[in-house]
Amino acid sequence: MVAIRTKPDHHTYTFPGFGSEKFPNLLLRGAGDLNNWHRQVYEQKHEGYVAMKAALKMDPVAVTEEVKASGLRGRGGAGFPAGLKWSFMPKDTADRKFTRYLVCNADEGEPGTFKDRVILEYNPHQLIEGMIIGGWAMQCVTGYVYVRGEFLWLIEKLEAAIQQARDAGYLGKNILGTGWDYDILVHRGAGAYICGEETALLNSLEGRRGEPRVKPPFPAARGAFGQPTTINNVETLAAVPPILRMGGAQYAKIGSPKNSGTRIFGVSGHVKRPGIYELPMGTPMNFLVEELCGGSSTGKKIKAIIPGGSSCPMLDEKDFDVPMDFDNLKARGSMGGSGGLIVMDESVCIVQATLRLIRFYAHESCGQCTPCREGCNWLEMILHRIEHGQGRMEDLDLIASLTPRIGLRTLCPLGDAACGPVDSALQKFRHEFEYHITHKTCYATGPRLLSGVGAH
Amino acid sequence: MNHPQPPETSNEPLAPGQRLPESQRKDFSPEAIAEIQAIMAKYPDKLAATLPALHIAQREFGFVSLAAMKAVAKAIGIPEGHVFGVATFYTMYQKAPVGKYHFSVCTNISCALRGAAQLLEKVCEKTGVKPGAGPSPDGMWSVEEVECLAGCGVAPCVQVNHDVYDELVDEQKLIEVMEACKRGEYRPWAQ
Repeated sequence: MVAIRTKPDHHTYTFPGFGSEKFPNLLLRGAGDLNNWHRQVYEQKHEGYVAMKAALKMDPVAVTEEVKASGLRGRGGAGFPAGLKWSFMPKDTADRKFTRYLVCNADEGEPGTFKDRVILEYNPHQLIEGMIIGGWAMQCVTGYVYVRGEFLWLIEKLEAAIQQARDAGYLGKNILGTGWDYDILVHRGAGAYICGEETALLNSLEGRRGEPRVKPPFPAARGAFGQPTTINNVETLAAVPPILRMGGAQYAKIGSPKNSGTRIFGVSGHVKRPGIYELPMGTPMNFLVEELCGGSSTGKKIKAIIPGGSSCPMLDEKDFDVPMDFDNLKARGSMGGSGGLIVMDESVCIVQATLRLIRFYAHESCGQCTPCREGCNWLEMILHRIEHGQGRMEDLDLIASLTPRIGLRTLCPLGDAACGPVDSALQKFRHEFEYHITHKTCYATGPRLLSGVGAH
Repeated sequence: MNHPQPPETSNEPLAPGQRLPESQRKDFSPEAIAEIQAIMAKYPDKLAATLPALHIAQREFGFVSLAAMKAVAKAIGIPEGHVFGVATFYTMYQKAPVGKYHFSVCTNISCALRGAAQLLEKVCEKTGVKPGAGPSPDGMWSVEEVECLAGCGVAPCVQVNHDVYDELVDEQKLIEVMEACKRGEYRPWAQ
């Protein structure tokens, strides 16, 4: 038996008015309280396992319908309707030809995103409950939680929580007298960002290299171990118990049209109170950054915000009022992504920031598709050249011609993700690149973002 | 991925495919074999035990050497080439020896905005090792530059062996962490 880590962390989880009707608290119940991961606490304080008990009395198809009615969209990045995804699984649940699997994607590696970790830390039972409900709706035999390898202490905690659920009879054989057998297994990753892509995750789960698969067949037809599989993000599955508790129609009223519910936003970078904020979808970005996070921490003006994890195109000042949901961010040329806001003030050199991001993608490209493997390295080299004062004006055209040859030409979205920040930086902050080329030094004067002791 | 280093044992480097002398070959302890077999039984396909078994190998052998990969292949009953391919794909399997306390410093954008580059230099200065260059002469420290550790809000973020220290690590905090390592308060690497 391993000891469960009880070290408090320093994130901000709450704000005045959180938990009221305007800002419902559905996912972060008890965040910050280190005892909250116990089943008894979850059941006594946070209506734990109420939704599961109700769902197990319902027809599996009715559960899926309820999630569909809620309009819940996947919180991993793409924003695909979760209920629709569930309904892609083979319909005939009595058919024993297939073994159905539910996989929870907890391979949180997107720079700027740290939301899944909070759920695993403080509310693992809400995830387990969501996975039981999802497993029942699709009549799965096993749920796998793929957790990134760095989260060893969270894996230990999650396994202990799963054991508590097993002891209570919520997992295992003949759950609560329904005759349905289901268990959840935790699978530890080993440090590859690409495994957050769902088919790469399946390969990794099967014990292979995490290289994305050719789609179709989609996972709902042939997923883990060749069987029908649904992959959902941690936050998506954790949102399922509140949906069943309040009813899909009621949940759909939260948030903005077609983007229902609450979402966890993680704010990092140059703000006074960085941390985790659960807000209804469609909350304006400047309300979150200025009001809740207290604005710039350095006293300098905020120059750029990446609105949903590093893969999303940057937004500049004129778009800071954007309501944060999938559709509105898309309309402004960015993405909802994984909900991690990275705030950069005026002192940040955009060229350095872009180089740091593209270095990440060049490092994490799995190497399967040529455009991404070679293109990301080229982008890194070109940006490196500009940053170190050896850039030429033609380099900017070269970058602009390179990105369309990477984006949408790869099996998985990693190539597109790498192009997002580069394209948007070049489009919105072109003068900084030009300044870099002509003056051979940074336009901004802040501290360096790149270390001088050699890269990996 | 541009980081496959040739696996090597603690004594001499080994090219991929080169065999260790029989006398140096190590194998899993019986407990580890039992653990791997228990994991294999949990999955519908024994291949799925590759990643967990490599984690166990890293714990047992200290790092994932070629011998460790072969031991994994033997324990599961899968081709050695498959294990080599998997072990070199994932960055968390250390293919060369690391120190007793392995510092992974995140230098990605959120941490960089709050001084991760400077922190990495500080870590290198204090421990006297370069990132990715193997352990210090006394075997105590090693440093690695890693990508996002999901501690963005309280950046910069450092992972020491298996535990994340994400409390706005500055020089003072770094010294505290290193002192605690010297006193042996943190989980050592091979556990």
